[in-house]
Amino acid sequence: MLAAEQQILKTIETQPHRDLIPTGAEMLIEALVFEGVDTIFGYPGGAVLHIYDELWRARDRITHYLVRHEQGAVHMAEGYARSTGRVGVVLVTSGPGATNAVTGIANAYMDSTPIVVITGQVPKHLIGTDAFQEVDTVGITRPCVKHNYLVREAGDLPAVVREAFHLARSGRPGPVVIDIPKDVSAARANYSRLDHVSFPFSSSNAPVERGAATRALNAILSSKRPVLYVGGGIANSGADEVLRSFAENLHLPVAPTLMGLGGFPSSHPLCLGMLGMHGTYAANMAVAESDLLVALGVRFDDRVTGKLATFAPQASVIHVDIDPANIGKNVAPALALTGDVKQALAQFLSLAEDCGHERLRQSIDGREAWWNQIRSWQRSQPLRFDGSQNQIKPQSVIRELHRLTKGEAIVATDVGQHQMWVAQFYPFTKTRQLITSGGLGTMGFGLPAAVGAQLALPDQLVVAVVGDGGFQMTNQELATAVQYELPVKILIMNNGYLGMVRQWQEMFYDRTYSEVDISVAPDFVKLAEAYGARGFRAERPEELYDVLEAGLNHKGVAVIDVVVSKEENVFPIVPAGANARDMIVQD
Amino acid sequence: MRHTLSIIVADQPGELSRIVGLFSARGFNIETLSVGESLDPRWSRVTIVTRGDERTIQQIVKQCERLARVREVQDVTTRPHIEREMALITVSASAGAERQEVLSLVSVFRAKVVDISHTQMIVEASGNKEKVDTFIELLRPIGVTDITRTGHIAINRLSASVEQHEERMVS
Repeated sequence: MLAAEQQILKTIETQPHRDLIPTGAEMLIEALVFEGVDTIFGYPGGAVLHIYDELWRARDRITHYLVRHEQGAVHMAEGYARSTGRVGVVLVTSGPGATNAVTGIANAYMDSTPIVVITGQVPKHLIGTDAFQEVDTVGITRPCVKHNYLVREAGDLPAVVREAFHLARSGRPGPVVIDIPKDVSAARANYSRLDHVSFPFSSSNAPVERGAATRALNAILSSKRPVLYVGGGIANSGADEVLRSFAENLHLPVAPTLMGLGGFPSSHPLCLGMLGMHGTYAANMAVAESDLLVALGVRFDDRVTGKLATFAPQASVIHVDIDPANIGKNVAPALALTGDVKQALAQFLSLAEDCGHERLRQSIDGREAWWNQIRSWQRSQPLRFDGSQNQIKPQSVIRELHRLTKGEAIVATDVGQHQMWVAQFYPFTKTRQLITSGGLGTMGFGLPAAVGAQLALPDQLVVAVVGDGGFQMTNQELATAVQYELPVKILIMNNGYLGMVRQWQEMFYDRTYSEVDISVAPDFVKLAEAYGARGFRAERPEELYDVLEAGLNHKGVAVIDVVVSKEENVFPIVPAGANARDMIVQD
Repeated sequence: MRHTLSIIVADQPGELSRIVGLFSARGFNIETLSVGESLDPRWSRVTIVTRGDERTIQQIVKQCERLARVREVQDVTTRPHIEREMALITVSASAGAERQEVLSLVSVFRAKVVDISHTQMIVEASGNKEKVDTFIELLRPIGVTDITRTGHIAINRLSASVEQHEERMVS
């Protein structure tokens, strides 16, 4: 029990006067502190006034970061959670506060990010009357949360908060929403000791069954053309080291998804590069030709599989995932292991060690032809782009960024072309190094996510790589970064277009550039300076390195506006609904 | 194929909506739906009749199991079970012959006349889907003017004999 909580209990016991019985808001704060929360991203409003009042009194224990838009608050909490594995916490008001937060909540749901979002609600007696700033928050968020609560009694708050945090971080992590009517945060109620709270609905993760692990390992050992298809589950379960040992011991090729980047070092000789729509030729071909696909912490997203009917047509599939609903959702596996991917890999590894040097040697030798094939795909179609003397190529920006940051920056992105170039040309070597909007594909995610990550990791260099479109969706959070002296670097890949949409219009809609020109935009350098940040700009290839270096070395918040070639396309591309064989590798 | 799912969920506000919302969000179909108290009043039993291939049904079961307040999801179709549905049917029957015909069908189907006026009769029937369907079909020529059906409820069977006996009586 925490000291502060002990104090409350002592006060209640010794002076059972009504005024000393805690309010809902006080209980909420104690419950958050009990969960180890010291950081909240939020934006006040009428329905959360009691909570903000209490938060002010608790400011030595919980630091509140005042954002400029609720979407920014949730993305910051996501950046905080994604970079550390801790639960990110958000506090917003009712109505528009809650609806503004929905994009972030849906984003966290898709990318399995543990966050708890506390929303204010109108007083109970006004619920259902179309009251001022009333919206059915639990109704609106129901499809994109692990669970949500409308708290009706202040005395329920300790149990609700405890269960919410448990749900957010257990199993497949995700967002949980706690909706608190204004009168509930004001009401006084009997306090339940937090360490005595039990929540009857909790579930535990059953360990992976040993027999299944043995069958999986045997299948891997006898396969001739295996691929390890690894996703976001590697980071969430902390399986990166055991994955690396397992892949190295058996000499297995690894193809990470966008969410899996960093789960296995991209620079590792066993790594085939990213899989999927804009993945490498080698990774996609390897999956297409594979006889055994070992899917680890993935969900067979359409951006990976393309057309399901012809995805990995020769492969038998082993699927390991902590979410039973992911298994068999899109692809029926030959062998399903429901459970924690780290535990499963640890079992594979120990079983492999038990089966003796000779058997491993034979297994590895049996895949020599497969590796020759993979190496020839890698040689024939490496990731590449045409250089230019007079324009800055976006791919070269990412290469230079990689070089200048020695491959060690935490990189956050939005969605679109810049995101794919980051995925292709910044080889990530650690989990939680790339913080990107994978599933929902949210423009405007990168900047606030970087701010949240910078807060969690004050000693790291955190760079948001964004497009000029996405930047303008959440650039108001520059003020938050400046206010709290969070020295993020924002690298804008500025092509004056909604680049990915333009690329699709070029390739699949006969170059009809319908509503993608956003070249009317503010001067981003001046905008940065208006916010009290520093602005930098590179327009010609010969300035790129120096400008990047100056921007990255700037001590405070920096916006680096890089004007890149306007009509660059992301290659390779597997058109939507197609497969690896339909991959377009170059113009 | 038709499947009957029995879902035990906490009796709390909004929980039914979570289940129904999941079905619509993921494109699963609901043929019938009924909700009521289970043995333990803190838990409701939701019975949903749905259609889909094996994989779809498995997905539905797993997605429902993911809900924090769902305790148990059972595809009762996979095990011996009893299914019942109740229907209230309004039949327009003023002439003696029509009434006689309704009464004889009521007797064959072990239904009940629950209301009668100069022009109409309301009959109550219960049984499995096929029985209720057939009953309604046979009443139609006489003149059915309204139907309300409860949707299915189901329970696992203890012994095969009773229901088989009853089925024989009906058919």
